[in-house]
Amino acid sequence: MFAPAPFLLKDTSVSQVMTQVCIALVPGIAAYAWLVGPAILVQLVIATLAALLAETAMLRIQKKPLTIFLSDGSAVVTAWLIALTFPPLAPWWLVVIGTLFAIVVAKHLYGGLGQNPFNPAMVAFAVCIVSFPALMSQWPSVGLQLPLLDQINVILGLAPRVDALSSATPLDAMKTALKLGEGTQDVPALLANQDIYGNFAGRGWEWVAIGYLLGGLWMWQRKLITWHVPVSFIGAMTLLSGGLWLVNPAQYASPLFHLLSGGAMLGAFFIATDPVSGCTTPRGKLIFGAGAGLLAYIIRVFGGYPDGVAFAVLLMNLCAPVIDLLTQPRIFGMKNAGKGDKA
Amino acid sequence: MITREEFRSIAGNGIWKQNTSIAQILGLCPLLAVTTNAVNGIMLSLATILVMALSNVAVASLRNLIPHEIRIPVFILIVAALVTVVDLLFNANLHELYLVLGIFIPLIVTNCIVLARVEAFAAKNPPLQSTLDGVFMGVGMLWTLALLGGMRELLGSGTLFGGIDMVFPSLQPIQLLPESYPGFLLALLPPGAFILLGCMIAWKNWMDARAAERAKLKPPAPVAAAGCH
Repeated sequence: MFAPAPFLLKDTSVSQVMTQVCIALVPGIAAYAWLVGPAILVQLVIATLAALLAETAMLRIQKKPLTIFLSDGSAVVTAWLIALTFPPLAPWWLVVIGTLFAIVVAKHLYGGLGQNPFNPAMVAFAVCIVSFPALMSQWPSVGLQLPLLDQINVILGLAPRVDALSSATPLDAMKTALKLGEGTQDVPALLANQDIYGNFAGRGWEWVAIGYLLGGLWMWQRKLITWHVPVSFIGAMTLLSGGLWLVNPAQYASPLFHLLSGGAMLGAFFIATDPVSGCTTPRGKLIFGAGAGLLAYIIRVFGGYPDGVAFAVLLMNLCAPVIDLLTQPRIFGMKNAGKGDKA
Repeated sequence: MITREEFRSIAGNGIWKQNTSIAQILGLCPLLAVTTNAVNGIMLSLATILVMALSNVAVASLRNLIPHEIRIPVFILIVAALVTVVDLLFNANLHELYLVLGIFIPLIVTNCIVLARVEAFAAKNPPLQSTLDGVFMGVGMLWTLALLGGMRELLGSGTLFGGIDMVFPSLQPIQLLPESYPGFLLALLPPGAFILLGCMIAWKNWMDARAAERAKLKPPAPVAAAGCH
């Protein structure tokens, strides 16, 4: 986009891009399904159906053509991201409310595909964690292997929600232990003694994060995303968490722990790289990613919520138009950046 | 005194055309803070109606005596005196509700709706019209705040008219949704108020657009000019 001609032409439609994003999510989903069982696949189906229904209804109201917009796959990607960020055994209506809010309010009320200032999936997450904080923080404990039918019963609300379904995430457990311990707990001991932690981060969850990383690298290799956002996101998070870790390794977990915990990898490759709600200039993308990474770390470590990626991305979405405006590349033949020939 | 057309125009402006909340978008601070249920919205609106009617009639009666250069401080003095009266009335007679509405009753004095009507209408019109304008502007605020409060309450906690026992001790709030309803907390928080207010504004614009389209199809009726501006 910022190089002189000649260009290679490639016929890429929205639906092709969205299909490839879904394929890139598969390694992460596979690791997720291996970790918590088939519940996540049920949630993916629920979210997809809700998203397609909401999309159909909104298109009908606006009298837009159904087939073109329904088959572009953007609603499916939003639905999958919602299902992957919500707790896998969350009740079905929670996922449905999140998805409806994402498609109806965050996407269509702002003008539909390509017009939304906020990432719809992250709006869904923020709305639900603000409105239903208890349900959104109940994650199944590690090693809990319920059969498919039991998992479906829990999701549909037919079976009671037992204690084993309501653990904190490894990230949340670490924060709570450190806060309650008031300096008596230290990170290395927590990592070594509690069986929710594996080799680098949360047991099992670290492999899900690596699955997302692999999918993200594949998207980069396919040129679906550029390197700017993931690199600056991961770099900024590594710098901040690494700095604090070097100063006080007893109270701050290592950068590797933070990168492989919570939504960091999903956020860096799949959410902050959203071309609609993010920045478009190369320098803007670097600032966007770095800001999201820093905010995500600050919110998850010092804030009150279990993870900060959703709020970090939404806050940076707010800044994206200004960042784009201030980082316009120099126009060929002009002295000043972005001034055009108005001078 | 007042013609039928004038009355119609004043009432129509207050209730729909220039509705304070969904057309002029004024007074958002109390609107967001107070409408967590319908009763609070209604009671604050009633207090505002009282203040607006009284301040409009006072300013309209004195409009020829107030020097133009210092009119705003004089208006504010009049409004502040009336708000103090209403504040003391609420404190004495509806003390529990007064504690809920809290700072927003004294803050009516800074509510831009009150000053806007005094400056835009009462300073230029006779007392009777001004009183009606104050009342109908307040009625417009009343139904929007009641509707917004009712929606937020229903979505947020599944009840309707929560806190009505503070006004009428014999009445109880209505539990519309089952007790097990988890409550959509966002509706009770300020972002929920903004989103729902946005939906109401969209609804008004849609109704107006539809009415304009219908008017285009019909042959134009003789227009009676009864502007209040």
